[in-house]
Order: sequence, then C-alpha cells, then structure tokens
Amino acid sequence: MTASSGWDANLAAEIIGRHKDTEGPLLPILHSLQEAFGYIPEPAEPMVADALNISRAEVHGVVTFYHDYRQAPAGRHVLKLCQAEACQACGSDALAARAQEKLGVKLGETSADGRVTLEPVYCLGLCSVSPSAMIDGRIVARLDANKLDALIAETAR
Amino acid sequence: MSTIRIYVPGDAAAVACGADDIARTIGDLAARKNVAVQIIRNGSRGMHWLEPMLEVATGDGRIAYGPVEAGDVEGVFEAMLANGGEHKLRVGKPEDHPFMKKQTRLTFARCGIVDPRSLEDYCAHGGYRGLNKALAKPANIVAEVTQSGLRGRGGAGFPTGIKWKTVADTKAEQKYIVCNADEGDSGTFADRMIMEGDPFVLIEGMTIAGIAVGATKGYIYIRSEYPHAIDVMNDAIAAGRRGGVLGDKVCGSSYAFDLEVRVGAGAYVCGEETALLDSLEGKRGQVRAKPPLPAHKGLFGKPTVINNVLSLATVPIIMDKGAEFYKNFGMGRSRGTMPIQLAGNLNYGGLFETAFGITLGELVDEIGGGCFTGRPVKAVQVGGPLGAYFPRALFDTPFDYEAFAAKDGLIGHGGIVVFDDSVDMAKQARFAMEFCAVESCGKCTPCRIGSTRGVETVDRIMKGIERDKNLEVLTDLCNTMKFGSLCALGGFTPYPVMSALTHFPEDFGASPRLEAAE
Repeated sequence: MTASSGWDANLAAEIIGRHKDTEGPLLPILHSLQEAFGYIPEPAEPMVADALNISRAEVHGVVTFYHDYRQAPAGRHVLKLCQAEACQACGSDALAARAQEKLGVKLGETSADGRVTLEPVYCLGLCSVSPSAMIDGRIVARLDANKLDALIAETAR
Repeated sequence: MSTIRIYVPGDAAAVACGADDIARTIGDLAARKNVAVQIIRNGSRGMHWLEPMLEVATGDGRIAYGPVEAGDVEGVFEAMLANGGEHKLRVGKPEDHPFMKKQTRLTFARCGIVDPRSLEDYCAHGGYRGLNKALAKPANIVAEVTQSGLRGRGGAGFPTGIKWKTVADTKAEQKYIVCNADEGDSGTFADRMIMEGDPFVLIEGMTIAGIAVGATKGYIYIRSEYPHAIDVMNDAIAAGRRGGVLGDKVCGSSYAFDLEVRVGAGAYVCGEETALLDSLEGKRGQVRAKPPLPAHKGLFGKPTVINNVLSLATVPIIMDKGAEFYKNFGMGRSRGTMPIQLAGNLNYGGLFETAFGITLGELVDEIGGGCFTGRPVKAVQVGGPLGAYFPRALFDTPFDYEAFAAKDGLIGHGGIVVFDDSVDMAKQARFAMEFCAVESCGKCTPCRIGSTRGVETVDRIMKGIERDKNLEVLTDLCNTMKFGSLCALGGFTPYPVMSALTHFPEDFGASPRLEAAE
C-alpha cells in the first residue's frame, strides 16, 4: 500500500512533470502524489496549479471532491468495510459495529496511535460473495465475525 | 508426462476468497512432486458460490472443483493429477452445470475460459472475427449495431447505434471513444468480470466503435475500487499494442486506434456520463446540463461515444454473427441478452447471462436458490442504489426495460440484490437518501438539498414524529427530486425510497391515511 513519507518538493515536481503533458493530467498527478506521500500534501497544491495553469482553488476543489484523496496521512493500516446494499443484505452493519467497538474508532476515523484507519467503502464489486472488506489493498470476501477479528488482529502489527 | 494445465481464477471474487494463496500452494506442490504444471489465472465462470473454482484440462475437457479452501488444495491437486479424478469438491465440466446450461452466453462467451492476458488465446476462441468483418465493410458498422437493437447496458437503455451515428455524422478533427467502467452500483460486477476475464473483447469493441465513428483515441475510466481490473486491462492493452491490434495500423488496416486506462477517485456520481467526462478532464466530477450531448461536445469538447463496458463488449459478437442473430434473443424492445448479476443474500450468486424476458421470480428463487440464511425473501433491489425494491408480489415481472419501468422500477445495470425478512425497509429508504446526500455532486438543488432533507424526514417517520404529515413531505420531496434533478442520482433516488414506502408501508408504521391515499 501507500507509505506516507516526508514532504519532498523535488519528488512532487518530478511527479507533476511526468504527467503534465498528458490529456486531462490532474487526476493522474493527484493519484501519483498520493501514492508517493500517502496523502496530498498542501504545499503540492500550488505547484500543481502552477504547472497546469489553473487556480489553486480549482486544485483544492478537486482534492476535496473525491473520496480517495486524503488531506492527511492515513493510519499505518487501512481497513475498509463495504457498507453498500449487497453487503447490508448479508450483515455488514453488525460487522461495522463490531469493528468500531474493537478498534475504538468510528467509520472514517484514524486511531489516536496512528495504527489504523477504518473506512466505509461503497462497493468493491464482490456482491455475490458479500460481506466484503479491503485491508491495505487486499480484498477479503465472505466476511464474518471470525474473519473480521483476524483482520483487526492484522492491524495490530 | 506432459505439462498439466490448471486454471485458478484471478477474478477479484475468487481472489477475495483465497485464490492467490491457492495458486501459490499449487505451484509449491507441483515443484515438490516434480510435476510440470502450467497455472493459468483465468476469469471467473460466474458461479461465485463455488469460488475459488479450480479447473484442470483433461483429454475429455476441463474438470472443475470448488469451492476450494486452503485445506482442500492438496487433495484437489491429487485428483487433478488423476486426470480430473474424484473428490468431494468435484463439480465436473463447468459448462454442464445447470447454472451454466440455462444461460445464453454471448457477451460472456469467453469469460472464465480464456487466459485474459493472452491475445493468442482470445483469437483462438473467436476473438477479432467481429473486427475483421467490420474492416471489410466499415460503412456498415453503425447500421449493423443499430439493427441489432443493442441498448445502453449502463442503465439508461439508449440505443447504442443511434449514439454512434450522431458521433459519426459530426465532423471534427478529433473524436473519442470513452468506456464507462465506473461500475459503482452495489450488486453489480459484470463490468469488473469482463475486464478481469476477457479484456480483449472490450478492446475489440472499442476499436470497432473507433472505426465506425472516426475516433482514434479511447479511454477506459475504471473505478479505483477495482485494482485487479485495472491491472488486467493495462496488461491486455500492452499485449494488444505488441500484437498490432492497437496502434497506427489496427490489424494491418489503414485505421489507427489506441487506448488508455484512467482511474477514478471514489466518486459514485462519476458513473454518470457527463460527470465522468469532467472527471477525465481533471475536474470535479460534476454533471453537465444537456444539451449539448456528449456525441456533439463530449470529452475536451470533442464528439464522444461514451458507452458502458457491457455495451462495448457486446459489439464484437454482433459484428461477428450479425444483427439478426443478436436481435432474435429477447422480448419487446429489449433485444439480445443481459448479463444479470445475482447478489446479496442468495444461495447461488453470480453472473447469469440470459435473453431478456426471464421473470424476476425465476431469477431469485429458481436460479439464485433463495436466501442463504434460509429465511424467506422479503425484498429485491434491482438496478443498484437507484433502483426500486420489489416485493414478492411483483416477482412475475419479466426482465425487460419497459416492463420494469411500468412497475416504477428499472433494470439499471442488471444487478439484483436479495434481502431476507430481517430487513427494515424504512432503514433502506433512509440509506438511499443518505447515499445520495454523500455522493451528490452538488450542482443541482433538488439532489443536494433534497437528499439531506430526505434523511431528516425519514428519521422523523421512523421515530413516529407526525408520521402522516412527514410521509406527505417525503412523497412531495421525492417528486421534486425525480422531476427537478439534473441527472439520475437525484432523479432516481426516489425509486428505492418510494418503492420501499409503497410496497412495505408496515415498516414505516403503516397508517390508514397512507393506504387510503393509494
């Protein structure tokens, strides 16, 4: 998964330069920045704006519009629980409640020790083998309380 | 001993059930036993309750085993070495399974069978026959697609051929083919399966579209939640370029066409075609007012064909077998087949492609086998988060665009999510409004504000606060959203809400006034 590392203006400039001349470069740039830094560092926004000749507000507007872009680093582990209808039909509500209780965070929050971010996701396309989850980019289906507990144990590492 | 071919699906549904570990174990076992084994990461056949479903190639066809768990691998491997021998998980030939025999696989003809990353395998299974026929008479492509009766499989059901004709008739230096692979509807996974199981059929379909309308560049916009599909599509595009089916001279012809994958960023509304185009351009995914149509002014203001994955992936077989062949399946104005996705609380979930006309009841009870919880089916949501909830009383509805519309529902992208009797329909109605509030692009007021007011109103109804009054407010709000929203997000959110209210009033604390009003 993505590793959050310190801000590096040279790396950001290199990433921006890599995509700048493609058609519709903003999303590919933001994806690459997030892959490199684990989030979209604020100092990157004016650099992107400058390179693409758009306003900083436009860049910030895009960063905040899409659920995927983070404005702060996530926890060391990211556990996403699918909360869409097909998973609801198979008990995802109870699993989300269990995860929130065991991790002591609400959906959408990162634990105080920075160990884990718990997030809802609206559909992983695993609706015939639901409920499903994604941990650090790995997908897991047919989730039940036991499997969830194993994923929660993984976040302790 | 010759090399034994073993298939371990690389489809995300199989991977999420442990297929990657199983593939590794088989590799280890083969090395330890000194047996020559070729492991192929195929797509899924679509019998998802059997995933991970492994197959071995024998002289008598492929023999499947599933669902294989970690502890079963060694035993299954032994059975496979014994020429597809006995094992408690032995399924037999996948194509002989009743779930497969009842289907008509046109769009999904190769899914689960071929090696998705191999252009040679694709061609050996009938791939690029459609494109070759298209190249023989390029001026006829649009007419052929129009005559086939193919309608947009993304949900709107707009005739694909007419869309293409509009773009073909519009003069421009640059035109685009955009594939909408932002499959965000819960209960749908057919786009994902095709991209992971038979990506070349999508590449071929998009190339045919490019030749038909005069476009040389295509984009596939895939949602970020589909990392496996993104990988396979990128590999297939690279293989396509190497194999000369993409590039300056498509299959040695005078036509140029190339493709690029672009990845979404978690916004559901980008499944709406104009929001998708804005997103591709690097903007917030906000819906555009129409006109102008994307066919006239689409991506970067250029004429653009934007179609769903399934629409484009169905074009090759139409070109190969002819419009008449395809049109002969189906009912009414819904021609051909629909890859239906059976999801949620079902015994036999998966991909079921069949001609339009099968009833909802057959799909849920006979094919899907009812709820795996063993409880009775209470409601079925058809067509994703914006689709209506159907009660058992409407199970005789045939799967057909118009028949579902007549019952105040929609078939959407063909996803069916089944709920047992423990579901609280007021809660589902609330969720529909909440989802719309979170995902609204914010451009139009009925959707942006209406959804938030909708959550509040359902909350009051659930708490029994002035219930009758609030039911009226909710109904009125739904009308405003339905007729006043710019796109289907705000416009269709009333479907799940109103269907829940209409068919399951008891979950809203049924009042005599509500029933009298019907």
